[in-house]
Amino acid sequence: MDSINLIFILILAGFLGFELIKKVPATLHTPLMSGANAISGVTLIGALAASGSDQNVLTTILGTLAIVFATMNVVGGYMVTDRMLAMFKSKTNNK
Amino acid sequence: MSSALMVNASYLVAATCFIFGLKLLSHPSSARKGNLVSAVGMLIAVLVTLIDKQILSYEWIAAGVIFGSIPGVWLAKRVEMTAMPELVSIFNGFGGLASLLLGVSSLTHSTGTITPVLSVLAYLAVIIGGVTFTGSIIAWLKLGEHMPTRAIIFPLQRWLYGVIILAVVVLALFAAMNPGYLPYFYVAIGLALLFGILATLPIGGADMPVVISLLNSYSGVAATLAGLAVNNNILIVAGLLVGASGLILTQIMCKAMNRSLMNILLSGFAKPAARAAKIEGEVRSMTAQDAYYVLEAAKSVVVIPGYGMAVAQAQHAVKELQALLEDNDATVAYAIHPVAGRMPGHMNVLLAEADIPYEQLYEMDAINPRMDSFDVAIIIGANDVVNPAAKDVQDSPIYGMPIIEAHRARNVFVMKRSASAGFAGVDNPLFFKENTRLIYGDAKDTLNNIIREFGD
Repeated sequence: MDSINLIFILILAGFLGFELIKKVPATLHTPLMSGANAISGVTLIGALAASGSDQNVLTTILGTLAIVFATMNVVGGYMVTDRMLAMFKSKTNNK
Repeated sequence: MSSALMVNASYLVAATCFIFGLKLLSHPSSARKGNLVSAVGMLIAVLVTLIDKQILSYEWIAAGVIFGSIPGVWLAKRVEMTAMPELVSIFNGFGGLASLLLGVSSLTHSTGTITPVLSVLAYLAVIIGGVTFTGSIIAWLKLGEHMPTRAIIFPLQRWLYGVIILAVVVLALFAAMNPGYLPYFYVAIGLALLFGILATLPIGGADMPVVISLLNSYSGVAATLAGLAVNNNILIVAGLLVGASGLILTQIMCKAMNRSLMNILLSGFAKPAARAAKIEGEVRSMTAQDAYYVLEAAKSVVVIPGYGMAVAQAQHAVKELQALLEDNDATVAYAIHPVAGRMPGHMNVLLAEADIPYEQLYEMDAINPRMDSFDVAIIIGANDVVNPAAKDVQDSPIYGMPIIEAHRARNVFVMKRSASAGFAGVDNPLFFKENTRLIYGDAKDTLNNIIREFGD
Protein backbone atom coordinates (compact mmCIF):
# COMPACT_ATOMS: atom_id res chain seq x y z
CA MET A 1 0.00 0.00 0.00
CA ASP A 2 1.06 3.59 -0.53
CA SER A 3 2.91 4.94 2.43
CA ILE A 4 0.86 8.14 2.13
CA ASN A 5 -2.30 6.11 2.69
CA LEU A 6 -0.77 4.46 5.73
CA ILE A 7 0.22 7.80 7.19
CA PHE A 8 -3.34 8.98 6.55
CA ILE A 9 -4.74 6.06 8.52
CA LEU A 10 -2.15 6.50 11.27
CA ILE A 11 -2.97 10.13 11.89
CA LEU A 12 -6.74 9.75 11.75
CA ALA A 13 -6.76 6.69 14.01
CA GLY A 14 -4.48 8.48 16.46
CA PHE A 15 -6.74 11.53 16.72
CA LEU A 16 -9.85 9.40 16.96
CA GLY A 17 -8.28 7.40 19.76
CA PHE A 18 -7.45 10.54 21.75
CA GLU A 19 -10.94 11.96 21.35
CA LEU A 20 -12.66 8.72 22.33
CA ILE A 21 -10.53 7.92 25.32
CA LYS A 22 -10.59 11.42 26.76
CA LYS A 23 -14.31 10.84 27.34
CA VAL A 24 -13.84 7.70 29.42
CA PRO A 25 -14.51 8.60 33.09
CA ALA A 26 -11.83 7.94 35.72
CA THR A 27 -14.05 5.36 37.37
CA LEU A 28 -13.67 3.10 34.31
CA HIS A 29 -9.93 3.46 33.80
CA THR A 30 -9.07 -0.07 34.92
CA PRO A 31 -11.62 -1.73 32.60
CA LEU A 32 -10.45 0.63 29.87
CA MET A 33 -6.93 -0.69 30.27
CA SER A 34 -7.88 -4.34 30.33
CA GLY A 35 -10.19 -3.73 27.37
CA ALA A 36 -7.33 -2.04 25.56
CA ASN A 37 -5.23 -5.12 26.31
CA ALA A 38 -7.83 -7.22 24.56
CA ILE A 39 -7.82 -4.88 21.55
CA SER A 40 -4.03 -4.92 21.37
CA GLY A 41 -4.38 -8.68 20.99
CA VAL A 42 -5.41 -7.73 17.45
CA THR A 43 -1.88 -8.91 16.58
CA LEU A 44 -3.72 -12.23 16.42
CA ILE A 45 -5.11 -11.25 13.01
CA GLY A 46 -1.63 -10.67 11.62
CA ALA A 47 -0.37 -13.86 13.25
CA LEU A 48 -3.18 -15.95 11.77
CA ALA A 49 -2.16 -14.94 8.30
CA ALA A 50 1.53 -15.46 9.06
CA SER A 51 1.28 -18.94 10.53
CA GLY A 52 -1.27 -20.25 8.09
CA SER A 53 -0.08 -19.00 4.74
CA ASP A 54 3.57 -19.92 4.53
CA GLN A 55 5.67 -23.02 3.92
CA ASN A 56 8.62 -21.76 5.91
CA VAL A 57 8.86 -23.69 9.20
CA LEU A 58 10.38 -20.80 11.18
CA THR A 59 7.59 -18.46 10.08
CA THR A 60 4.99 -21.01 11.05
CA ILE A 61 6.51 -21.48 14.49
CA LEU A 62 6.87 -17.75 15.14
CA GLY A 63 3.36 -17.12 13.88
CA THR A 64 1.92 -19.89 16.04
CA LEU A 65 3.67 -18.56 19.14
CA ALA A 66 2.32 -15.11 18.31
CA ILE A 67 -1.16 -16.66 18.08
CA VAL A 68 -0.78 -18.21 21.54
CA PHE A 69 0.11 -14.94 23.25
CA ALA A 70 -2.28 -12.77 21.26
CA THR A 71 -5.18 -15.17 21.90
CA MET A 72 -4.42 -15.06 25.59
CA ASN A 73 -4.76 -11.27 25.43
CA VAL A 74 -7.94 -11.29 23.38
CA VAL A 75 -9.78 -13.99 25.29
CA GLY A 76 -8.48 -13.12 28.75
CA GLY A 77 -8.75 -9.39 28.18
CA TYR A 78 -12.37 -9.36 27.03
CA MET A 79 -13.45 -11.83 29.70
CA VAL A 80 -11.87 -10.07 32.63
CA THR A 81 -13.16 -6.70 31.40
CA ASP A 82 -16.66 -8.13 31.21
CA ARG A 83 -16.30 -9.57 34.70
CA MET A 84 -15.25 -6.17 36.02
CA LEU A 85 -17.88 -4.15 34.19
CA ALA A 86 -20.61 -6.46 35.45
CA MET A 87 -19.69 -5.28 38.96
CA PHE A 88 -20.31 -1.61 38.27
CA LYS A 89 -23.78 -0.99 39.55
CA SER A 90 -25.92 2.07 39.68
CA LYS A 91 -27.82 3.14 42.77
CA THR A 92 -31.14 2.37 41.12
CA ASN A 93 -30.51 -1.28 40.28
CA ASN A 94 -28.64 -1.87 43.50
CA LYS A 95 -31.42 -1.59 45.99
CA MET B 1 -16.67 -10.56 -4.02
CA SER B 2 -12.93 -10.85 -4.18
CA SER B 3 -11.21 -12.14 -1.09
CA ALA B 4 -9.09 -9.03 -0.51
CA LEU B 5 -12.19 -6.87 -0.63
CA MET B 6 -14.06 -9.12 1.76
CA VAL B 7 -11.17 -9.15 4.22
CA ASN B 8 -10.81 -5.40 4.13
CA ALA B 9 -14.55 -4.86 4.49
CA SER B 10 -14.57 -7.09 7.57
CA TYR B 11 -11.63 -5.16 9.01
CA LEU B 12 -13.55 -1.96 8.52
CA VAL B 13 -16.47 -3.47 10.43
CA ALA B 14 -14.11 -4.63 13.17
CA ALA B 15 -12.48 -1.20 13.47
CA THR B 16 -15.94 0.39 13.69
CA CYS B 17 -16.84 -2.06 16.46
CA PHE B 18 -13.68 -1.16 18.41
CA ILE B 19 -14.48 2.53 18.07
CA PHE B 20 -18.10 2.12 19.14
CA GLY B 21 -16.99 -0.12 21.97
CA LEU B 22 -14.71 2.59 23.29
CA LYS B 23 -17.45 5.17 22.83
CA LEU B 24 -19.86 3.10 24.95
CA LEU B 25 -17.16 2.97 27.61
CA SER B 26 -17.85 6.63 28.35
CA HIS B 27 -20.49 5.66 30.92
CA PRO B 28 -20.61 2.78 33.42
CA SER B 29 -24.19 1.91 32.40
CA SER B 30 -23.26 1.25 28.77
CA ALA B 31 -19.69 0.06 29.29
CA ARG B 32 -20.43 -3.65 29.43
CA LYS B 33 -22.24 -3.49 26.10
CA GLY B 34 -19.26 -1.59 24.69
CA ASN B 35 -16.90 -4.36 25.67
CA LEU B 36 -19.17 -6.88 23.98
CA VAL B 37 -19.35 -4.81 20.79
CA SER B 38 -15.57 -4.65 20.75
CA ALA B 39 -15.30 -8.41 21.24
CA VAL B 40 -17.76 -9.04 18.39
CA GLY B 41 -15.59 -6.86 16.16
CA MET B 42 -12.58 -8.96 17.03
CA LEU B 43 -14.48 -12.19 16.35
CA ILE B 44 -15.57 -10.96 12.89
CA ALA B 45 -12.02 -10.03 11.96
CA VAL B 46 -10.67 -13.38 13.17
CA LEU B 47 -13.31 -15.44 11.36
CA VAL B 48 -12.94 -13.62 8.06
CA THR B 49 -9.16 -13.91 8.24
CA LEU B 50 -9.55 -17.65 8.78
CA ILE B 51 -11.97 -18.09 5.88
CA ASP B 52 -9.68 -16.13 3.62
CA LYS B 53 -8.29 -18.68 1.19
CA GLN B 54 -4.62 -17.82 1.61
CA ILE B 55 -4.47 -19.83 4.77
CA LEU B 56 -3.10 -23.31 4.23
CA SER B 57 -2.67 -25.05 7.56
CA TYR B 58 -5.30 -24.91 10.23
CA GLU B 59 -3.57 -27.34 12.58
CA TRP B 60 -1.02 -24.83 13.78
CA ILE B 61 -3.65 -22.14 14.14
CA ALA B 62 -5.96 -24.41 16.12
CA ALA B 63 -3.10 -25.41 18.40
CA GLY B 64 -2.14 -21.79 18.96
CA VAL B 65 -5.69 -20.69 19.71
CA ILE B 66 -6.25 -23.54 22.16
CA PHE B 67 -2.96 -23.01 24.00
CA GLY B 68 -3.70 -19.30 24.22
CA SER B 69 -7.34 -19.56 25.26
CA ILE B 70 -6.94 -21.94 28.17
CA PRO B 71 -4.57 -19.78 30.26
CA GLY B 72 -6.44 -16.66 29.11
CA VAL B 73 -9.77 -17.93 30.41
CA TRP B 74 -8.17 -19.29 33.55
CA LEU B 75 -6.49 -15.98 34.37
CA ALA B 76 -9.62 -13.96 33.62
CA LYS B 77 -11.80 -16.11 35.86
CA ARG B 78 -9.40 -16.62 38.71
CA VAL B 79 -7.86 -13.20 39.23
CA GLU B 80 -8.70 -11.29 42.40
CA MET B 81 -9.78 -7.71 41.82
CA THR B 82 -6.91 -6.64 44.08
CA ALA B 83 -4.51 -8.27 41.62
CA MET B 84 -5.85 -6.52 38.51
CA PRO B 85 -2.67 -4.45 38.10
CA GLU B 86 -0.62 -7.65 37.85
CA LEU B 87 -2.98 -9.15 35.31
CA VAL B 88 -2.98 -6.03 33.16
CA SER B 89 0.83 -5.94 33.26
CA ILE B 90 1.20 -9.53 32.21
CA PHE B 91 -1.29 -9.00 29.37
CA ASN B 92 0.66 -5.92 28.29
CA GLY B 93 3.75 -8.12 28.20
CA PHE B 94 2.09 -10.82 26.09
CA GLY B 95 0.83 -8.18 23.68
CA GLY B 96 4.38 -6.91 23.26
CA LEU B 97 5.73 -10.43 22.82
CA ALA B 98 3.13 -11.27 20.17
CA SER B 99 4.12 -8.16 18.21
CA LEU B 100 7.80 -9.05 18.54
CA LEU B 101 7.16 -12.55 17.18
CA LEU B 102 5.00 -11.22 14.37
CA GLY B 103 7.68 -8.65 13.50
CA VAL B 104 10.33 -11.36 13.13
CA SER B 105 8.00 -13.66 11.22
CA SER B 106 7.35 -10.91 8.67
CA LEU B 107 11.02 -11.26 7.70
CA THR B 108 11.31 -15.04 7.62
CA HIS B 109 8.37 -15.16 5.22
CA SER B 110 9.46 -17.08 2.12
CA THR B 111 7.33 -15.10 -0.30
CA GLY B 112 7.83 -11.51 -1.35
CA THR B 113 10.91 -9.35 -1.21
CA ILE B 114 12.07 -7.58 1.91
CA THR B 115 12.46 -3.86 1.29
CA PRO B 116 14.46 -1.50 3.51
CA VAL B 117 11.19 0.09 4.69
CA LEU B 118 9.73 -3.26 5.71
CA SER B 119 12.98 -4.15 7.41
CA VAL B 120 12.94 -0.96 9.52
CA LEU B 121 9.25 -1.31 10.40
CA ALA B 122 9.74 -4.90 11.50
CA TYR B 123 12.80 -3.77 13.45
CA LEU B 124 10.79 -1.12 15.30
CA ALA B 125 8.00 -3.59 16.07
CA VAL B 126 10.56 -6.00 17.49
CA ILE B 127 12.25 -3.31 19.63
CA ILE B 128 9.06 -1.85 21.11
CA GLY B 129 7.56 -5.32 21.54
CA GLY B 130 10.69 -6.54 23.34
CA VAL B 131 10.84 -3.56 25.72
CA THR B 132 7.12 -3.97 26.45
CA PHE B 133 7.58 -7.66 27.18
CA THR B 134 10.42 -7.56 29.72
CA GLY B 135 9.29 -4.22 31.15
CA SER B 136 5.88 -5.75 31.87
CA ILE B 137 7.40 -8.85 33.40
CA ILE B 138 9.40 -6.70 35.85
CA ALA B 139 6.28 -4.62 36.57
CA TRP B 140 4.36 -7.84 37.19
CA LEU B 141 7.04 -9.16 39.55
CA LYS B 142 7.06 -5.88 41.49
CA LEU B 143 3.27 -5.59 41.69
CA GLY B 144 2.89 -9.17 42.88
CA GLU B 145 5.73 -8.59 45.36
CA HIS B 146 7.72 -11.44 43.90
CA MET B 147 10.63 -9.01 44.08
CA PRO B 148 11.32 -5.82 46.08
CA THR B 149 8.84 -3.12 45.08
CA ARG B 150 11.18 -0.25 45.86
CA ALA B 151 13.13 1.57 43.17
CA ILE B 152 16.26 -0.40 42.35
CA ILE B 153 18.99 2.01 41.36
CA PHE B 154 22.27 0.85 39.89
CA PRO B 155 25.40 2.79 38.99
CA LEU B 156 25.86 4.31 35.54
CA GLN B 157 22.16 3.75 34.89
CA ARG B 158 21.74 6.67 32.50
CA TRP B 159 24.99 5.89 30.68
CA LEU B 160 23.85 2.34 30.16
CA TYR B 161 20.53 3.59 28.76
CA GLY B 162 22.44 5.88 26.41
CA VAL B 163 24.73 3.11 25.16
CA ILE B 164 21.82 0.73 24.53
CA ILE B 165 19.76 3.37 22.72
CA LEU B 166 22.76 4.28 20.56
CA ALA B 167 23.38 0.63 19.71
CA VAL B 168 19.70 0.18 18.79
CA VAL B 169 19.81 3.18 16.45
CA VAL B 170 23.04 2.01 14.76
CA LEU B 171 21.60 -1.47 14.31
CA ALA B 172 18.48 0.08 12.76
CA LEU B 173 20.69 1.64 10.09
CA PHE B 174 22.36 -1.71 9.41
CA ALA B 175 18.94 -3.38 9.24
CA ALA B 176 17.84 -0.81 6.66
CA MET B 177 20.98 -1.34 4.59
CA ASN B 178 20.81 -5.14 4.65
CA PRO B 179 17.10 -5.89 4.57
CA GLY B 180 16.28 -9.37 5.73
CA TYR B 181 19.65 -10.10 7.34
CA LEU B 182 18.44 -11.63 10.58
CA PRO B 183 21.48 -11.58 12.91
CA TYR B 184 21.03 -7.82 13.40
CA PHE B 185 17.54 -8.55 14.57
CA TYR B 186 18.64 -11.15 17.08
CA VAL B 187 21.10 -8.69 18.64
CA ALA B 188 18.40 -6.01 18.64
CA ILE B 189 15.93 -8.35 20.36
CA GLY B 190 18.52 -9.01 23.08
CA LEU B 191 19.09 -5.29 23.57
CA ALA B 192 15.36 -4.55 23.69
CA LEU B 193 14.73 -7.27 26.26
CA LEU B 194 17.62 -5.99 28.38
CA PHE B 195 16.43 -2.41 28.10
CA GLY B 196 12.92 -3.33 29.24
CA ILE B 197 14.37 -4.83 32.41
CA LEU B 198 16.79 -2.00 33.12
CA ALA B 199 14.20 0.71 32.49
CA THR B 200 11.61 -0.78 34.86
CA LEU B 201 13.88 -1.73 37.77
CA PRO B 202 14.44 1.87 38.99
CA ILE B 203 10.72 2.59 39.21
CA GLY B 204 9.23 2.38 42.69
CA GLY B 205 5.89 0.88 43.68
CA ALA B 206 4.15 4.24 44.07
CA ASP B 207 4.93 5.11 40.44
CA MET B 208 3.46 1.86 39.13
CA PRO B 209 0.23 3.46 37.80
CA VAL B 210 2.38 5.46 35.40
CA VAL B 211 4.46 2.50 34.27
CA ILE B 212 1.46 0.24 33.66
CA SER B 213 -0.20 2.96 31.59
CA LEU B 214 2.96 3.55 29.61
CA LEU B 215 3.52 -0.15 28.93
CA ASN B 216 -0.14 -0.39 27.89
CA SER B 217 0.55 2.33 25.36
CA TYR B 218 3.71 0.55 24.13
CA SER B 219 1.83 -2.70 23.57
CA GLY B 220 -0.53 -0.78 21.28
CA VAL B 221 2.30 0.96 19.44
CA ALA B 222 4.06 -2.39 18.97
CA ALA B 223 0.87 -3.81 17.40
CA THR B 224 0.67 -0.81 15.07
CA LEU B 225 4.28 -1.26 13.96
CA ALA B 226 3.79 -4.97 13.43
CA GLY B 227 0.69 -4.05 11.40
CA LEU B 228 2.76 -1.72 9.24
CA ALA B 229 5.34 -4.49 8.75
CA VAL B 230 2.79 -7.10 7.67
CA ASN B 231 0.68 -4.49 5.88
CA ASN B 232 -2.50 -5.03 7.83
CA ASN B 233 -4.88 -2.12 8.41
CA ILE B 234 -6.78 -3.48 11.38
CA LEU B 235 -3.56 -3.88 13.35
CA ILE B 236 -2.59 -0.30 12.59
CA VAL B 237 -5.92 1.20 13.63
CA ALA B 238 -6.54 -0.96 16.70
CA GLY B 239 -2.94 -0.61 17.86
CA LEU B 240 -3.17 3.17 17.68
CA LEU B 241 -6.41 3.21 19.67
CA VAL B 242 -4.62 1.30 22.42
CA GLY B 243 -1.51 3.47 22.10
CA ALA B 244 -3.59 6.63 22.50
CA SER B 245 -5.45 5.15 25.46
CA GLY B 246 -2.26 4.27 27.30
CA LEU B 247 -0.73 7.65 26.54
CA ILE B 248 -3.73 9.56 27.88
CA LEU B 249 -3.75 7.51 31.07
CA THR B 250 0.00 8.09 31.46
CA GLN B 251 -0.59 11.81 31.11
CA ILE B 252 -3.40 11.77 33.70
CA MET B 253 -1.23 9.84 36.16
CA CYS B 254 1.73 12.19 35.72
CA LYS B 255 -0.49 15.21 36.25
CA ALA B 256 -1.98 13.66 39.37
CA MET B 257 1.52 13.34 40.81
CA ASN B 258 2.70 16.70 39.50
CA ARG B 259 5.76 15.04 37.99
CA SER B 260 7.01 14.84 34.46
CA LEU B 261 7.24 11.48 32.74
CA MET B 262 11.00 11.87 32.44
CA ASN B 263 11.29 12.53 36.16
CA ILE B 264 9.37 9.34 36.95
CA LEU B 265 11.29 7.20 34.49
CA LEU B 266 14.72 8.43 35.50
CA SER B 267 14.69 9.45 39.15
CA GLY B 268 12.69 6.68 40.84
CA PHE B 269 12.49 8.65 44.08
CA ALA B 270 16.24 8.22 44.29
CA LYS B 271 16.81 11.28 46.39
CA PRO B 272 14.38 11.75 49.27
CA ALA B 273 14.81 15.42 50.17
CA ALA B 274 16.43 15.94 53.53
CA ARG B 275 13.79 17.69 55.57
CA ALA B 276 15.02 20.30 57.98
CA ALA B 277 11.76 21.15 59.70
CA LYS B 278 10.34 18.49 62.00
CA ILE B 279 6.59 18.56 62.34
CA GLU B 280 5.46 20.05 65.65
CA GLY B 281 2.73 18.48 67.70
CA GLU B 282 1.71 15.01 68.68
CA VAL B 283 -0.17 12.16 67.11
CA ARG B 284 -3.45 11.30 68.80
CA SER B 285 -4.84 7.83 68.50
CA MET B 286 -8.25 6.48 69.34
CA THR B 287 -10.07 3.17 69.63
CA ALA B 288 -12.72 1.72 67.34
CA GLN B 289 -15.25 2.34 70.11
CA ASP B 290 -14.47 6.08 70.22
CA ALA B 291 -14.70 6.15 66.43
CA TYR B 292 -18.16 4.64 66.66
CA TYR B 293 -19.42 7.40 68.97
CA VAL B 294 -18.34 10.06 66.52
CA LEU B 295 -19.67 8.18 63.47
CA GLU B 296 -23.01 7.57 65.15
CA ALA B 297 -23.51 11.32 65.46
CA ALA B 298 -22.16 12.13 62.00
CA LYS B 299 -24.53 13.28 59.27
CA SER B 300 -22.06 13.13 56.38
CA VAL B 301 -19.05 10.89 55.94
CA VAL B 302 -16.44 10.74 53.21
CA VAL B 303 -14.25 7.66 52.74
CA ILE B 304 -10.84 8.06 51.13
CA PRO B 305 -9.42 4.69 50.12
CA GLY B 306 -5.85 3.91 49.13
CA TYR B 307 -3.73 0.90 48.35
CA GLY B 308 -3.89 -0.13 52.02
CA MET B 309 -7.58 -0.89 51.57
CA ALA B 310 -6.74 -3.27 48.74
CA VAL B 311 -4.02 -4.99 50.76
CA ALA B 312 -6.33 -5.45 53.75
CA GLN B 313 -9.19 -6.57 51.43
CA ALA B 314 -11.32 -4.14 53.41
CA GLN B 315 -13.73 -3.07 50.63
CA HIS B 316 -16.57 -5.35 51.78
CA ALA B 317 -16.25 -4.12 55.37
CA VAL B 318 -16.38 -0.56 54.01
CA LYS B 319 -19.64 -1.35 52.26
CA GLU B 320 -21.09 -2.81 55.46
CA LEU B 321 -20.15 0.32 57.38
CA GLN B 322 -21.70 2.42 54.62
CA ALA B 323 -25.01 0.57 54.95
CA LEU B 324 -25.02 1.11 58.74
CA LEU B 325 -24.23 4.79 58.37
CA GLU B 326 -26.96 5.23 55.77
CA ASP B 327 -29.49 3.47 58.00
CA ASN B 328 -28.45 6.02 60.58
CA ASP B 329 -29.43 8.82 58.13
CA ALA B 330 -25.92 9.84 57.26
CA THR B 331 -24.77 10.39 53.68
CA VAL B 332 -21.67 8.53 52.53
CA ALA B 333 -19.38 9.58 49.68
CA TYR B 334 -16.11 8.18 48.42
CA ALA B 335 -13.24 10.37 47.26
CA ILE B 336 -10.90 8.74 44.78
CA HIS B 337 -7.50 10.19 43.98
CA PRO B 338 -6.31 9.41 40.44
CA VAL B 339 -3.17 7.64 41.67
CA ALA B 340 -4.76 5.80 44.61
CA GLY B 341 -3.89 2.13 44.23
CA ARG B 342 -1.48 0.58 41.79
CA MET B 343 -3.19 1.36 38.50
CA PRO B 344 -5.63 3.95 37.15
CA GLY B 345 -9.13 3.25 38.43
CA HIS B 346 -8.01 0.47 40.77
CA MET B 347 -10.02 1.74 43.75
CA ASN B 348 -13.18 2.10 41.66
CA VAL B 349 -13.05 -1.55 40.66
CA LEU B 350 -12.53 -2.69 44.24
CA LEU B 351 -15.46 -0.60 45.47
CA ALA B 352 -17.60 -1.83 42.58
CA GLU B 353 -16.73 -5.38 43.63
CA ALA B 354 -18.19 -4.58 47.05
CA ASP B 355 -21.45 -3.40 45.38
CA ILE B 356 -20.91 0.27 46.09
CA PRO B 357 -22.86 2.25 43.46
CA TYR B 358 -20.62 4.28 41.17
CA GLU B 359 -22.68 7.44 41.77
CA GLN B 360 -21.22 7.63 45.26
CA LEU B 361 -17.64 7.73 43.96
CA TYR B 362 -16.26 11.20 43.39
CA GLU B 363 -13.10 12.39 41.71
CA MET B 364 -10.72 14.62 43.59
CA ASP B 365 -11.74 17.87 41.89
CA ALA B 366 -15.43 17.17 42.44
CA ILE B 367 -15.17 16.51 46.17
CA ASN B 368 -12.52 18.98 47.34
CA PRO B 369 -14.75 22.09 47.17
CA ARG B 370 -17.25 20.53 49.60
CA MET B 371 -14.76 18.86 51.90
CA ASP B 372 -15.59 21.35 54.72
CA SER B 373 -19.15 20.04 54.84
CA PHE B 374 -18.19 16.51 55.90
CA ASP B 375 -18.44 15.59 59.57
CA VAL B 376 -15.97 12.75 59.24
CA ALA B 377 -13.33 11.81 56.68
CA ILE B 378 -12.20 8.19 56.99
CA ILE B 379 -8.84 7.53 55.38
CA ILE B 380 -8.24 3.85 54.72
CA GLY B 381 -4.72 2.91 53.74
CA ALA B 382 -4.01 6.15 51.91
CA ASN B 383 -1.22 8.51 52.87
CA ASP B 384 0.53 10.61 50.27
CA VAL B 385 -2.68 11.46 48.40
CA VAL B 386 -4.05 13.22 51.50
CA ASN B 387 -0.75 14.74 52.65
CA PRO B 388 -1.21 18.50 53.13
CA ALA B 389 2.58 18.92 52.86
CA ALA B 390 2.00 18.71 49.11
CA LYS B 391 0.19 22.04 49.40
CA ASP B 392 2.14 24.01 51.97
CA VAL B 393 5.62 22.59 52.53
CA GLN B 394 7.76 23.93 49.71
CA ASP B 395 10.72 21.60 50.25
CA SER B 396 8.58 18.47 50.46
CA PRO B 397 9.36 15.91 47.72
CA ILE B 398 5.68 15.74 46.88
CA TYR B 399 5.17 19.54 46.87
CA GLY B 400 2.73 20.55 44.14
CA MET B 401 0.99 17.19 43.90
CA PRO B 402 -2.79 17.71 43.94
CA ILE B 403 -4.34 16.06 47.00
CA ILE B 404 -7.72 15.20 48.44
CA GLU B 405 -8.05 17.83 51.15
CA ALA B 406 -9.21 15.50 53.91
CA HIS B 407 -7.72 17.83 56.56
CA ARG B 408 -10.58 20.27 55.92
CA ALA B 409 -13.23 17.85 57.16
CA ARG B 410 -14.43 18.36 60.75
CA ASN B 411 -12.98 15.08 61.97
CA VAL B 412 -10.36 12.95 60.26
CA PHE B 413 -9.93 9.26 61.06
CA VAL B 414 -6.85 7.58 59.71
CA MET B 415 -6.75 3.78 59.63
CA LYS B 416 -3.15 2.80 59.56
CA ARG B 417 -0.89 -0.08 60.49
CA SER B 418 1.75 2.10 62.18
CA ALA B 419 2.84 5.71 62.45
CA SER B 420 5.53 5.33 59.77
CA ALA B 421 5.81 7.53 56.70
CA GLY B 422 4.04 6.61 53.47
CA PHE B 423 5.32 4.99 50.32
CA ALA B 424 7.15 8.12 49.25
CA GLY B 425 8.89 8.19 52.63
CA VAL B 426 7.41 11.60 53.40
CA ASP B 427 6.11 12.65 56.83
CA ASN B 428 2.45 13.47 56.84
CA PRO B 429 1.48 16.61 58.81
CA LEU B 430 -2.15 15.50 58.57
CA PHE B 431 -1.51 12.97 61.35
CA PHE B 432 -0.47 15.78 63.69
CA LYS B 433 -3.53 17.97 63.17
CA GLU B 434 -5.89 18.92 65.96
CA ASN B 435 -8.89 17.21 64.32
CA THR B 436 -7.09 14.01 63.29
CA ARG B 437 -7.27 10.70 65.13
CA LEU B 438 -5.29 7.63 64.17
CA ILE B 439 -6.78 4.17 64.57
CA TYR B 440 -3.94 1.69 64.49
CA GLY B 441 -4.28 -1.84 63.19
CA ASP B 442 -5.40 -3.77 60.13
CA ALA B 443 -8.02 -1.70 58.28
CA LYS B 444 -10.42 -4.63 57.92
CA ASP B 445 -10.24 -5.50 61.64
CA THR B 446 -10.74 -1.88 62.61
CA LEU B 447 -13.77 -1.54 60.35
CA ASN B 448 -15.24 -4.76 61.67
CA ASN B 449 -14.74 -3.52 65.23
CA ILE B 450 -16.64 -0.33 64.42
CA ILE B 451 -19.38 -2.33 62.68
CA ARG B 452 -19.69 -4.49 65.80
CA GLU B 453 -20.16 -1.36 67.93
CA PHE B 454 -23.07 -0.37 65.68
CA GLY B 455 -24.64 -3.75 66.35
CA ASP B 456 -24.48 -3.41 70.13
